[in-house]
Amino acid sequence: MAQYNNNKVKTHKIGIYLWIWGLLFVFSFFSYMVDYLNFEGSLRWTLIVLFMLSKAALIVAVFMHLFWERYAIVNILLWPMTLMLLFVWIMVAESEYTLLTRIFYFILGS
Amino acid sequence: MSRAIDKLPKGWSGLTSDFSSDQKAFKGMSWGKAMMWIFILSDTFIFSCFLISYLTGRASTTVPWPDSSIVFGLDVFGTSVPLLLIAIMTFILISSSGTMAIAVKYGYEKNRKLCAIFLLLTALCGAAFVGMQAFEWTKLIFHEGVSPWGNPFGAVQFGSFFFMITGFHGTHVTVGVIFLLIMARKTWRGDFNTGRRGYFTTMKSDYVAIEIMGLYWHFVDLVWVFIFAFFYLW
Repeated sequence: MAQYNNNKVKTHKIGIYLWIWGLLFVFSFFSYMVDYLNFEGSLRWTLIVLFMLSKAALIVAVFMHLFWERYAIVNILLWPMTLMLLFVWIMVAESEYTLLTRIFYFILGS
Repeated sequence: MSRAIDKLPKGWSGLTSDFSSDQKAFKGMSWGKAMMWIFILSDTFIFSCFLISYLTGRASTTVPWPDSSIVFGLDVFGTSVPLLLIAIMTFILISSSGTMAIAVKYGYEKNRKLCAIFLLLTALCGAAFVGMQAFEWTKLIFHEGVSPWGNPFGAVQFGSFFFMITGFHGTHVTVGVIFLLIMARKTWRGDFNTGRRGYFTTMKSDYVAIEIMGLYWHFVDLVWVFIFAFFYLW
């Protein structure tokens, strides 16, 4: 968005922020409804993640102006954050193994 | 014979001048803003580690996990509404992000007063959020007996993850509110128009400081989006 130390900076109209604000409200309301209406199973998890990622994307892209930034900063931020998914995947596998051994030994009793 | 390298300072001053010389990766971005982004990236790792350890703890326990919509339910006129307080907190924090974005916009338009007013509104929402969180903690600790080492609802890990994650997030919000108030005062006084030097840094600042403040605040909101999804809704 704004260039540092430029005397004449271009800013966005206030409408875009109000729109995003409204959209965030709508997504939050929907994700609350997922709980309120007791959706279960994979439908629940898909909807939660979908609304969560939509909200996160709107905040980062518009409120934090990352959409208008140069690719140098965009890439230095988004790739490490994406790599966290790998960490999540590793730890899910790890915790499944832990659960399996716990159930196994708790039943065997030693 | 004189080489260019011989003209550079040596020793420790050479080290500092080498690392601070004109190598700039983020063109057109103030160093403060670039550093705030790097800080946010590192803070992302911290919160990710907390949330992933919560995931690991929850997925590997053999004891049933407490049902969050009952634990965090609120009685309204005798009927229990699930997650009501958390939903209100979410809407308040999102609203504070909205007012912050508008404050940044007015900052770049050098609209001193409107910028300060929206910063104050943001701080107000943030303070309300922390207040509601304090209420929530009080209710859980003193009325329902949730502690980091146990709770009446199920898996004992629930308490430690809950207090660690929401406590760390609440600390971020509190620090943000303090800095929002400082920034609002500086903006209202016109520090960014007159180039008045900062009390702590002794440096002149610019309205880019409002955008940096905004980045931090939006990040706090961003973290809440993930906590709301994974801790409260999952």
